[in-house]
Amino acid sequence: MKHNYDVVVIGAGPAGLASAIEAKKSGADKVLVIERDREPGGILLQCIHNGFGLHTFKEDLPGPAYAQRFIDEAHALGIDFLLDTMVMEITPERQLWLSSARKGYFSLDAKAIVLAMGCRERTRPQIRIPGMRPAGVFTAGTAQRWVNVQGFMPGKRFVILGSGDIGMIMARRLTLEGAKVESVLEVQNYLSGLMRNYVQCLEDWDVPLRLRHTVKRVIGKNRVEAVEAVAVDEKWQFIPGTEQMIPCDTLLLSVGLIPENELSKKAGVSLSPVTGGPIVDQNFQTNLPGIFAAGNVVHVYDLVDYVSEAGNQAGHGAALFANGTLSKPQKSIKVNAGRNVRYVVPQFLDPRALKDEAVVLQCRVTQPIEEDVWFEVRSESQSIVRRSDRYARPGEMVSVKLTPSMFDDVLKAGELFLDIYAKSEA
Amino acid sequence: MEEKSFICTACPMGCRLIVRLESNEVVQVLGNRCKRGENYGTQEATVPKRMLATTVRAHGGIHPLLPVYTSAEVPKAKMQEILVILREVDITCPVKMGDVLLKDIAGTGVDILASRDL
Amino acid sequence: MQNNLFDIIIIGGGVVGSMIARFLSRYELRILLIEKEADLGMGASSANTAIIHAGYDPVPGSLKAKLNVRGNALFEQLSQELGFAFERSGDMVVAIGEEEWPNLLALYEMGIQNGVPDMRLFDAGEVKRREPKINPSAIGALWAGTTGIVDPFQATIAAAENAVMNGATVLLNTRFEDFIIEDARIKGIKTNRGNFRARWIINVAGIHADAVMHLANSNPTFKITPRRGEYYVFDPADVQINNVLFPVPSAKGKGILVTTTVHGNTMAGPNAQIIADKEDTATTAEGMAEVVSGAQKLVPSINPRYTIATFAGLRAMGNAPCKTPGVDYHADFLIEIEPDIQGLINVAGIESPGLSASPAIAEYVVELLKEAGETLKEKSDFNPIRPARPRFRTLSHAERQVLVQTDPAYARVICRCENITEAEIVREIHAPIPATTYDAIKRRTWLGTGRCQGGFDMPLVTRILARELDISELEVSKRGEGSRFLFRQSKDSQESDHEA
Repeated sequence: MKHNYDVVVIGAGPAGLASAIEAKKSGADKVLVIERDREPGGILLQCIHNGFGLHTFKEDLPGPAYAQRFIDEAHALGIDFLLDTMVMEITPERQLWLSSARKGYFSLDAKAIVLAMGCRERTRPQIRIPGMRPAGVFTAGTAQRWVNVQGFMPGKRFVILGSGDIGMIMARRLTLEGAKVESVLEVQNYLSGLMRNYVQCLEDWDVPLRLRHTVKRVIGKNRVEAVEAVAVDEKWQFIPGTEQMIPCDTLLLSVGLIPENELSKKAGVSLSPVTGGPIVDQNFQTNLPGIFAAGNVVHVYDLVDYVSEAGNQAGHGAALFANGTLSKPQKSIKVNAGRNVRYVVPQFLDPRALKDEAVVLQCRVTQPIEEDVWFEVRSESQSIVRRSDRYARPGEMVSVKLTPSMFDDVLKAGELFLDIYAKSEA
Repeated sequence: MEEKSFICTACPMGCRLIVRLESNEVVQVLGNRCKRGENYGTQEATVPKRMLATTVRAHGGIHPLLPVYTSAEVPKAKMQEILVILREVDITCPVKMGDVLLKDIAGTGVDILASRDL
Repeated sequence: MQNNLFDIIIIGGGVVGSMIARFLSRYELRILLIEKEADLGMGASSANTAIIHAGYDPVPGSLKAKLNVRGNALFEQLSQELGFAFERSGDMVVAIGEEEWPNLLALYEMGIQNGVPDMRLFDAGEVKRREPKINPSAIGALWAGTTGIVDPFQATIAAAENAVMNGATVLLNTRFEDFIIEDARIKGIKTNRGNFRARWIINVAGIHADAVMHLANSNPTFKITPRRGEYYVFDPADVQINNVLFPVPSAKGKGILVTTTVHGNTMAGPNAQIIADKEDTATTAEGMAEVVSGAQKLVPSINPRYTIATFAGLRAMGNAPCKTPGVDYHADFLIEIEPDIQGLINVAGIESPGLSASPAIAEYVVELLKEAGETLKEKSDFNPIRPARPRFRTLSHAERQVLVQTDPAYARVICRCENITEAEIVREIHAPIPATTYDAIKRRTWLGTGRCQGGFDMPLVTRILARELDISELEVSKRGEGSRFLFRQSKDSQESDHEA
C-alpha cells in the first residue's frame, strides 16, 4: 500500500467498483478503493434478489453476482483495496485520513477522489412516528442485512411502512423465510417503487398493499406489540375514525434513502438541497477540483446498471484529472429542473467537455403522470430535444440524452431546463 | 371460457392484461401494448414462472449463509417444494459465483447457482 | 449471592442513587445499590434536558432551591473527578414581548433569594448578539452564568463506577419487592434475586418511590404523579444554536426550552402532561406539536423536519409540603429519615431540579445519617478520581494515532455518524458496571444517536455484544428482558421461534 494514489475511490459498492475499474482503464496507474466492510460489494451483498445486470450484462443477476463480476475485474486489473477501513476526513487538497484496525490511523494523498459512499435510510424520528420506542422498529435495509447476510430473522409478524423497492423486496424475502407480513402501508396514493416488485413481491405472496395509509403510533414497551395504522388524505393528514390496530412484533421502515454525504460536506463539497448529494457536472466532478462523485451518493438510482454507468463516467473523469487532461471548469451551463421535475443530475454542464460524447441527463418526475408524456430539454426560448414515453413515475428515473449534434444549441443557450409534461398538456 | 387478469412485468410499464382461455389454452390476450406483453400474458395465464433467489446454509466460509438463485424461471406452483428442499441444504465452502449447487431442482430442469464466491 | 449483609442499601440506580452511593463510598460502609433495569439511569436520568440549573427557578425556602444551588456549585469539580462531560455554559431566560418582563424580573428576584450567583439582565441587543436566531420580538433576558450542560448518563455511570472502585456493590436486574421488618425495624429488603440485610435502606426509586415507602407504611399520603415530558433532538448540521434558552416560566413549570447540548446537538422540550401509567413513555403527535410551537417561540426557524431523535421521560412529581415555615409549596423534595419506622431514608419526589441537585442530595443524605447517630469514618484509601475512558470522536488525528497504537480496535469505527469505535464498545461491556444491552452502549458511548439512528451499527453491535458476553446473538436485547432484536436463525423452522 502506498501513500499517494492517482485515484482513490471511497466505497466498494457498484459505483465505487465501476469508478475504479474505469479509472484504471482510462490510464490511472495507482488506483485504490477504500471500503468500511470486511469485503467489497457494498449494498449489493445484501441484495440477494434478481434484477441486476439486465442492461450491463444482458442477464438477470442477483446483487452479489453483479458485484462479483466487478470485483473480479478490479482484482484482475491490479486495483488496490483497503477493507475494514473508514475514511474519517477528506480535504479540498485531496488528503484523506483513514482509520483501519489492521493498518492503523494514517493519511494518504490522491490526485483525484471519487465519492461513492452510497446512501443511508430515513429513520423513524425523521418521519416522527409517535409512540413507545421498543425493540422491533428497524429500517428495511438493517433487517435485510440480518436476514440475508448474518442469518437472523428480526421478527415473526411484520408491518412494512413504505412501498419503496426495499420494502417490497423485504415483504417477499421475509415471507419466503417463513414470516408473516401483515401489510405494506404507503402514504401516497401511488406505488413508490417499481411495478415489477408490486407483482413479484406483494401480489405473488398475498401481501396486502394499502395506499394512502401510514402508521399513527407504535405500541409496545420492550418489543413492538402492534402498530396503529390510519388512512390519510392527500395532505397526509390523518382521517379520524380510520384507525386500525395491527398486531405485529416488527415495524419495517422503507421511507426513503438519503445520500450519505457527511464526508463531502465537511470537505466543503457543495450539496444540492433537493437531492442531498453533491452538485456535479457531466463528468460527475463536484465544485472541488479533482473530487468526483458517483452513484447513490449523488442521487438515488433505481437500477444498478445506471449506477455503473455513472461510476464509469466519474472514474474516467477522475483518471483524466489525475493525469492533468481534465481540469476544473471556469464557466458552467446550469441545468434546471423544469415542469414536474424534482431534480436533474448533472446540475451543470462543463462546456469544454461538450465534444464527441453524448451527455445523459437523469431526473425524477414529481408526481405520476399515467399517460403519454414528453421529456423536453430546452433553453429559455427554444426546444433542444424532446422524446416521449408512455408515462412518468417518481419511482423510475428518467434519462434524456443530449447528443453532440445538439451541443451548439446547448452552448448558445447558456442555461437549460428539463420539463416533463403530458402530451395532452403540450 | 376463462378470463384471467394480471399486471404485465415484461417491461416497467405495467400494462393490465386480460387473458382469455378455452380448455386451458390461451385464445386471446388483451391490454398489451407490445409483443413481449402478449408472450408474458400467454405464459402467465398457463404456467406462471418466476426467478427464485434466496439463501442456503453454508459452512467454512466467512458468512453462515450463501445467497443462491435459479438459473432460469421456475413454475410458481413448484416454489414451495423448492424452498423446502433448499431449507435442508448445507453448502461446504469454498464455492465460486455461478457454481451449480443443485441440478434440475424439483424436476424443473432449472439449476440452483451460487450468487457469489464464499 | 454470597454476601448479603450490608450497612446501606440504596434502592434505585438513577443519577441520584448513584451520587448517593458515590458520596457514601468515602466512608467505611458496606454499600449495595440495586437497580431493577438492565442498566443504570434508565428512568428520568436518561430523559431530561441535561441541564444543571442555576437555581433561580425553585420556590425560595424549598429544599429544591437549597439543593439546586448547592448541587450546581459541586458539578465542576465532580465532573473533573469523575470524568464526565460538563460545561458551565450559562443560560438565558428570554422575555418575548414587553408583557413578559415583570415575570422575568420576578424570576431574577427569586434567584437572589435563592442565593444564585452571577446573574445579570440583558437587553434585546445583547440577547440578539449572543443568539442571532432568537425570536426578533425578544426584549431581553435573565442571564445566569452558573448554568451548565452535562451528559447525565455519563454522570450516572461515572458516579456509580467510582462507588464500585471504592468498594460499593452494584446489582443490575435486581428489583426491590418488599422490606424485611423485624421488631418494628427495617432490617433489610427482599428482591427478585434474594434477600439483603442492612441497617439503612435508602429509597431512591424514582417514579416508584411512593410504592416502595408505602410497603413500610411510610408516608401513606405521599403520592407520585407521573408528569410526562417529550423531547426532540435536531440534526446539528441543520439546527445550530449557541445557548441554553428558556422561556419565561408559567404556572406549569419551566416551559419548553431550546438548548445546545454537551455533544453539540440542539434539543427542544419538554412539555408537561399528567398521565396515569407509570410505564408510559410514549411520544405523541400532540406533544410534538406543543414542543415545536414552544421551541419556535424562542427560535422561529426551528423546523421539525430536522428531527433526528425523540424521547419522553416521566417526572416523579410528589406532593410533599415544603418544611420551611411560611412557605406554601406542596411539591418539594421529600428527603428525610422516616420517623415512624427505623432504618429507612426516603429520597422521593425527585423531579427537576433533581439532576442539578443530585450531588447536594447525596451530601444531604450523608448529613442525615450523621444526625441519626452514624459515625461515618472516612476510608484512608478513598479515591475520588474515576478516569474517563478514551473517546475517539473527540480526539485530533494525532491523538487518534496514539490511541490506535494502544489497541487497534480503536481504529474500527462502528458508528459512522458519531465515530464510535469497537474498542470503546468492548470497554463498556467489560466496565465495572457492564453494558450488556444495545441501549446501554448507546447511552454510554453516544453510538447510534446521530442521523442513521443505529441503522448501520445495530447488526455490528449485536455481534460484538454476543461475542464479548459469550452469548448467542439471539439473546442480545435493546434494553433488557423482553426486548431482544432477533427471533431465530433464518434457516431454523418457525416452530423454534423464541419468546422474545
